Amino acid sequence: MKPTPLHRADRRQAMLALSAALAAGAMRPATAAARAPARTSARIVIAGAGAAGLTAAAQLARALSGARITLLDARREHYYQPGFTLVGGGIKPASYVESRTTDYLPEGVELIESAVAEFDPEGNRVVTADGRAVPYDYLIVATGLVFAWDRIEGMAPALIGRDGVGCIYQGPAAAAATWQTMSAFADRGGRGLFLRPATEMKCAGAPLKYTFITEDHLTRRGNRSRAELIYNAHDKTLFGVPIVSEKVRMLFEERGIRINHDRVLQAIDPGRRIATFGTPQGRVEEGYDFIHVIPPMRAPDAVRASPLRWQSGPWAADGWLEVDPGTLRHRRYPNVFGVGDVAGVPKGKTAASVKWQVPVAVDHLVASIAGRSAETRYNGYTSCPLITRLGRAMLIEFDYRNNLVPSFPGVIAPLEELWVSWVMKTMALKPTYISMLRGLA
Amino acid sequence: MKELDPRILFAVFHEMLGIWTWILPAVALLVLLAFALLLGRERRLVSGRLIRSELLGLIGGAVALVVMARVSSSGFTDAAGPADWLLVAAVFVTGAVATTIAAYTAGGWWTSRSHGVS
Repeated sequence: MKPTPLHRADRRQAMLALSAALAAGAMRPATAAARAPARTSARIVIAGAGAAGLTAAAQLARALSGARITLLDARREHYYQPGFTLVGGGIKPASYVESRTTDYLPEGVELIESAVAEFDPEGNRVVTADGRAVPYDYLIVATGLVFAWDRIEGMAPALIGRDGVGCIYQGPAAAAATWQTMSAFADRGGRGLFLRPATEMKCAGAPLKYTFITEDHLTRRGNRSRAELIYNAHDKTLFGVPIVSEKVRMLFEERGIRINHDRVLQAIDPGRRIATFGTPQGRVEEGYDFIHVIPPMRAPDAVRASPLRWQSGPWAADGWLEVDPGTLRHRRYPNVFGVGDVAGVPKGKTAASVKWQVPVAVDHLVASIAGRSAETRYNGYTSCPLITRLGRAMLIEFDYRNNLVPSFPGVIAPLEELWVSWVMKTMALKPTYISMLRGLA
Repeated sequence: MKELDPRILFAVFHEMLGIWTWILPAVALLVLLAFALLLGRERRLVSGRLIRSELLGLIGGAVALVVMARVSSSGFTDAAGPADWLLVAAVFVTGAVATTIAAYTAGGWWTSRSHGVS
């Protein structure tokens, strides 16, 4: 089945009506107001040119004059990751999420197309995969994360799109292949398995969204009664924010989606279509006709092997960066900051987190250069337009303390399934994201 | 923690609409100017033309809803809460008012041209 066609022509009436919805993307931290560019000759290295790295580069390029800013990343493609759910749900084509890093490279910022192989915070330098040492005065680590496919026995990215296996996280092509697989399942019915890993993960709402979207496709095709849908949660909740978890439980119950708790995917046998889950009672085998696999996630090897990682505590095992959750400054190396997925903070591996983390980290970095103090703090704000069916979503915004922090209290209720939230997700979010990469939002 | 920044709002609109960010307000301004000139010239609202334009405006409102449905891969039938109905109403009213003013203005200038009024 082809993705729903999009028509770019004549958007004006729709756009005008979107003003209020767009206001969500037009918010910015009150304390990150523009100052006159500070003069400096500081060398700033940004490891990683994804959403967080590019946004940091754009904001630093505006805030500083004379600084040598260098971005390091081996990947040339840039992916609009919040759109992966829409590609996997058959709503947008793969091209919707694809662009190139150089499309967003700020003027005056150097891009080295090589990954960081080694962090040397004692020597204030990084070493690239091709052996080049790059010294710095300040370092921003924005490497993102990696998928630990090896922690699921029998699973490999090459299986995505075959034998009922899907995974929207792996990239645009995998998301499109997952849509083909899920669509075939929605035509036939059968047993659908959904899950999430037990590690920290990016966009923890996506596993839930994809379950809802699959359920809706089955319903729309008249095959819902021929399908059994099961969501295997890794712990006793469905979402990290308790009030949202409870709402999702209610919606799953309403849609007839069965929930198992404390089940973590350990192995998969695509030939026999058997998935093996670890449970407190031991291993449990479950058959499937479609399975949406989400791999465990961890910090990239170079970060995990470096002194920059958490040394103890909940974020040590997977090597997340040891930063202060309020300032994103490294707790032991004050000239190092960590933003985006790699940051070892309680919440927020999302693009919305990046939008609110980067201005704080940049403010503190620029303040250090200018010899002033910075008072800005990141409170863990993130948002998740949690799609609950095609055409509706719940606009959930929350902080470190699991407080709901709606941008439009009394207008867009966070736990209400609304069309306006869907409209924001499908129309306003990508322009906001691109503006963020350009340092304009 | 947050404040609304109109520059960001503009940046997002610009990202969404591209060159149309400039063309659409310019067209809207020209139509309003032509409408104001027409009112100044006729010194009244011509009721027959206004009613015909309002009827076209109803179609314009419906077209706006259809356009909205296509670009958002959904439709007003997905509306569920008060905020949704506000959005549906805003889209319809915007389309209807824009079409009514454009039709009334075009009709007025067309009539005066065909009647040879200068």
